[in-house]
Amino acid sequence: MTLRVDDLRVHYRTLRGEVKALDGVSFGVGDGEILGLAGESGCGKTTLGKSLIRMDGRMRLAGGTVSLDGAELPIGDDRRMNPFRFKRVSLIPQYSMSAMNPTRRIGRMITELLASRGESVDTAELERRLDLVELPRDILGRYPIELSGGMKQRMVMVISTLLDPSLLIADEITSALDVSTQKAVARTLVEFRDRGFVRSMIFITHDISLTYQIADTIMVMYAGRLAEKAPASVIVSEPRHPYTRMLISSLPEVGVRHAERRLSGIPGRPPALLDPPQGCRFRDRCPLAFDRCAEDPPPIEVAPGHHVACWKA
Amino acid sequence: MMLSLEGVTKTYRVGAFGTATLTAVDDVSLDLVPGEVVSLIGESGSGKTTLGRTVLGLLTPTRGRITLDGAPARPGKAYYRHVQGVFQDPFSCYNPVFKADRVIKMIKDEYFPGVAASEWEGRIEKSLKDVGLDPGQVLGRYPHQLSGGQLQRLLIARALLLDLRYLVADEITSMLDASTRIDVLNLLADLKSRGLGVLFVTHDLSLGNYISERAVVLYRGQVVESGPTAAVFGNPLHPYTIKLLSSVPRLTARWDGGDPAVPAVEVSAGPSTLVEEEPGHLVRRSGTTLTRSVS
Repeated sequence: MTLRVDDLRVHYRTLRGEVKALDGVSFGVGDGEILGLAGESGCGKTTLGKSLIRMDGRMRLAGGTVSLDGAELPIGDDRRMNPFRFKRVSLIPQYSMSAMNPTRRIGRMITELLASRGESVDTAELERRLDLVELPRDILGRYPIELSGGMKQRMVMVISTLLDPSLLIADEITSALDVSTQKAVARTLVEFRDRGFVRSMIFITHDISLTYQIADTIMVMYAGRLAEKAPASVIVSEPRHPYTRMLISSLPEVGVRHAERRLSGIPGRPPALLDPPQGCRFRDRCPLAFDRCAEDPPPIEVAPGHHVACWKA
Repeated sequence: MMLSLEGVTKTYRVGAFGTATLTAVDDVSLDLVPGEVVSLIGESGSGKTTLGRTVLGLLTPTRGRITLDGAPARPGKAYYRHVQGVFQDPFSCYNPVFKADRVIKMIKDEYFPGVAASEWEGRIEKSLKDVGLDPGQVLGRYPHQLSGGQLQRLLIARALLLDLRYLVADEITSMLDASTRIDVLNLLADLKSRGLGVLFVTHDLSLGNYISERAVVLYRGQVVESGPTAAVFGNPLHPYTIKLLSSVPRLTARWDGGDPAVPAVEVSAGPSTLVEEEPGHLVRRSGTTLTRSVS
């Protein structure tokens, strides 16, 4: 198990009180595993990704532990976390357009970045990886503004994984890209994993059908908690949590026409996390809700590797 | 009442001192009829948004013309009574310091100053019901108190207060969650069945496929393929459409099988024309492949 997260609680400080964006999430990511994280906006998926590498000023670790490769990852301590960043835990940001320094040629930027971490550039390895993502080698002499969106995204992917991190967090990296570029980027991520550039990966996206293409395991979150976690094919073919089922059935697939089959969304909105409701958080929107849902459903393992937090599962 | 585009072309001046030109939309002809959704599909830079904006009169076409019921479309009250637009970002369409229903009051001030308040309220209620909103839940609220889906519906309700015939929907669901996106799409489909014509601009093929009767695929400003949605998606003929369709992530199949063998997309350097391969199904072919038969 590369990454182990236990009962992680992360709160946002606001003027009106603490928003419990992550409220007791436990899961693990194995060696060479790609974990896809899916859910609506506000379910805590970005918070989870951010808290594993850098909490911003409003975030507070309210409880829980994280371990990486068997050792504790001090995510609540900004200073102690520093040696881990980029070397052990790395991130591909959503907006690659603004991730690179616009005033430096890319090669120089990489040199400076590595020097700041006490490393030097292995030019042969860097060029090998550029070839792999089909970027020209002379790109190192160019400025970020000279690259197209897809090229920038690939460049940032190469930079983020240069030091072969144990854990890579990719947060919505394809949502600003066109479908054909999106496919290329998603496949490159898998290739990076296959070649051992990264040991394990958390791939965050709101698009379940994209996650399904590359992830080994999919974890669906709802209102700061885990709803369901299972191998990708199981989530898609036999989801057990009503939220997962409704989420998947609301997706228009190519081939589904309104005239033939009318899909429906999920009524209502996720609860506000400033003062989350007692019991199951999906209760208000759930067609299967019954008396027992007033109690918190614990995530139970219904089949090997298939965890569901629902009384009806 | 038909909205038609004839040979619409839009070029921009780019580069230092406007020395170069960029053709964003290249000779696009298209007819919209009431009760039909036409989806305009393309990737970034295909000119789909430019075309939508041209229809709305926000941009003036460089060449070609847009007519509504035979009369040239001129941006102004008479035109906007029938043709309205809804855009991608519902959050920035509202002034955050005013209540959200102010967008509705603006319609009354501009278009219906003579209508009595009581009658106007009835109309608001009806149009909110038409888009599936509960008047009590949205009236008197500020934009931040409403969800993206609610704000988007409110904008559609606002347009419905007019004598609306055509709606340009430019990526209206791309900022919404999967759970609410489908509801907005279903709403468009319901309005369509009641006679509204919709130009549905999107980069998402599955959404275009879901609600539209006709699909138009744009590539670098040119229509590369157009026709009935079932034909364009079920039997794509242009290499670009085939490539797009093979890139869409699906829940039914993984990408594992590798890419289908697709001939390289011909960047139309030479002259090319739209050829009718099947009834109503047009595909762009370059001059030399004009005679190519479909197997």
